[in-house]
Amino acid sequence: MEVLLKNLTKVFPSRNKKSGEEVVAVNDMTITIPDGKLVGLLGPSGCGKSTTLYMICGLQKATGGQIFFGKDDVTNLTPENRGVGLVFQNYALYPHLTVKQNILFPLQNLKGEDKLSKDEMLKRAIDVARLVQIDNLLDRKPSELSGGQQQRVAIARALVKMPRVLLLDEPLSNLDARLRLQTREEIRRIQRETKITTVFVTHDQEEAMSISDEIVIMKLGVVQQIGKPQDVYDSPANLFVAKFLGTPPINVFSGCVKNEKVYIGRDMIMDAKGVEDQEVWVGIRPEGFVLDEKGPLHCEMNAVEVMGRDVSIVASNSSAATPTIRAIIPSDSGVDHSGKSVTFSLKPYKTFIFNKETEERIYLEK
Amino acid sequence: MEMVESKHKWKAWIYLSPAIILLLFFTVWPIINTVRMAFLENYSGLKAVGGASFSFGIGNFQKVLKYQKFLQCLKNTVILCVITVPVSTVLALLIAVCLNSIKFLQKPLQTIFFLPYVTNSIAIGMVFAAMFNIVGSFYGTENEIVVTAGIINNIIEFFGGKRINWINTGSTYLANMTVMIVYIVWNALPFKILILLGGLQSINKQYYDAARVDGTSRRRIFTRITVPLLSPMIAYVVITGFIGGFKEYTSIVGIFGEKMGPADDAGRLNTMVGFIYDALSTNNQGRASAAALILFGIILVVTLINMQVSKKRVHY
Repeated sequence: MEVLLKNLTKVFPSRNKKSGEEVVAVNDMTITIPDGKLVGLLGPSGCGKSTTLYMICGLQKATGGQIFFGKDDVTNLTPENRGVGLVFQNYALYPHLTVKQNILFPLQNLKGEDKLSKDEMLKRAIDVARLVQIDNLLDRKPSELSGGQQQRVAIARALVKMPRVLLLDEPLSNLDARLRLQTREEIRRIQRETKITTVFVTHDQEEAMSISDEIVIMKLGVVQQIGKPQDVYDSPANLFVAKFLGTPPINVFSGCVKNEKVYIGRDMIMDAKGVEDQEVWVGIRPEGFVLDEKGPLHCEMNAVEVMGRDVSIVASNSSAATPTIRAIIPSDSGVDHSGKSVTFSLKPYKTFIFNKETEERIYLEK
Repeated sequence: MEMVESKHKWKAWIYLSPAIILLLFFTVWPIINTVRMAFLENYSGLKAVGGASFSFGIGNFQKVLKYQKFLQCLKNTVILCVITVPVSTVLALLIAVCLNSIKFLQKPLQTIFFLPYVTNSIAIGMVFAAMFNIVGSFYGTENEIVVTAGIINNIIEFFGGKRINWINTGSTYLANMTVMIVYIVWNALPFKILILLGGLQSINKQYYDAARVDGTSRRRIFTRITVPLLSPMIAYVVITGFIGGFKEYTSIVGIFGEKMGPADDAGRLNTMVGFIYDALSTNNQGRASAAALILFGIILVVTLINMQVSKKRVHY
């Protein structure tokens, strides 16, 4: 089921009646979520990603705009009439019911034509339990399960109705690091097997990039960029996206363009054909640095951190926006650990320039 | 205990002593003394001071149980408990759910519903008595003074019903009991509403969101989610309700005065605690103690049953 959000807007009335300031949580959002894909809504807290999810679900009413599931306009439908399954951040499993009863609960609500016989319900519950691999835990109470198992029960409960769209709110945030890796693979597998269009919300860029077919990056209610994770990482549309994706984060320098050349301080780092003279932000991915004695960029070296396969050079540059910058280079490239300064050449496709005012990307001619 | 070195133990005892001494004097000793008095035949405080000695035996219990008045008190207490506790719990639950689901006027209404709790129950009883009262006689002969009835009878008449003699001379036991039940239920509501509303507000809203996404009907949400999640509170309210119910006394005094019944049948509505007071005031401490122990036994059994039931029904 393709999901289309058209000019979706959500405005929360002000809490403080005197100031009367409204909060625009989601601002004129238009995106298409392709059928059968896993899409991650990504952004820092307060960017409106959860609000968007709840509007797709129907728990929150849109202030403006429309939501389509395929050709159906579901904007004014209640959640139960939309055919969505929702997995809450803390799972919201009913604590007094067993796993089986929890999974059966949505089926028992069905009325009229959709009503199922007891055997059918049980069969569907067991099928979905098998899909998420909890069929051996059916008689336990949620309190007797680990976080990861609870997560699976919540997914099973959301899937048992065979929803048109599956929604996951911060699905991994309550799990420990190890389980997180495992569970995200699991979510990916379940989504592939069921082929249900899935939208999930996260603030963890690594999580989003690793399992999504597409990511939607949001900031203050406005969509910043949509695309395949690798494409967005390789070609960020603005400084915010560049900074948000990637660990360690991108290194940002204050620079300028003069005579179609990009400078950081006095160092001319690259050509910028067809770009007018102006102040710019220069973003360089940590892996974009190459150790090169004759390279253009001069930095002072602070420390070298050994990580095994790679080493991470912590350096500083007076033009950098942060006190230290970080370069990741292969450990066999012969770093002089005792050196006081270091020079780099830069990989052009890992180096981006952005307008100083608007922070929008300035695309270079190749 | 091994954590505390022995040379510091005396300090611990000193710190504990104020509470222990008070408890010994005002709780432990009275309990022991009650048991002692209950098992001394015909014990009376006055006679004991006068130097009389009492033999040991279970005569007090036998007497209390044979006593017609005691059986009436027991019957009244049990009827009041069995009816008022479930009725007030269900009503309180409904009111709490309604209060919880409205936003407008929630706080003022909460205050209004809680007011009876901070009002003296004798005072409330007098108001209720006035509401159900009849001044004069309504078997009116021609010379009789004009009858004025309380607001309840006025309402009944307004809707075309006949006046009922609720609490005055000549009233029936059923009418008396009805008044008592209405009054006790009304009086018991605020505390229960408070507890249940607190419980409702601590239920995670996401359970309701989850239920909404799954298209759960309101009735099913109430019976399958709200009530089970509220069950610890409900159990608490029921258990304390029964304990309080078996100690019912002031409410009767509030409506019927010290006579504990309509003027022509004093003591008709007396309760277990009322019986104990009566025995004390006539210097029959032995009998009072025996009755108190019987009351304790009944409350203990009922509470154990309550807890046994809640073990199966309550989801913590």
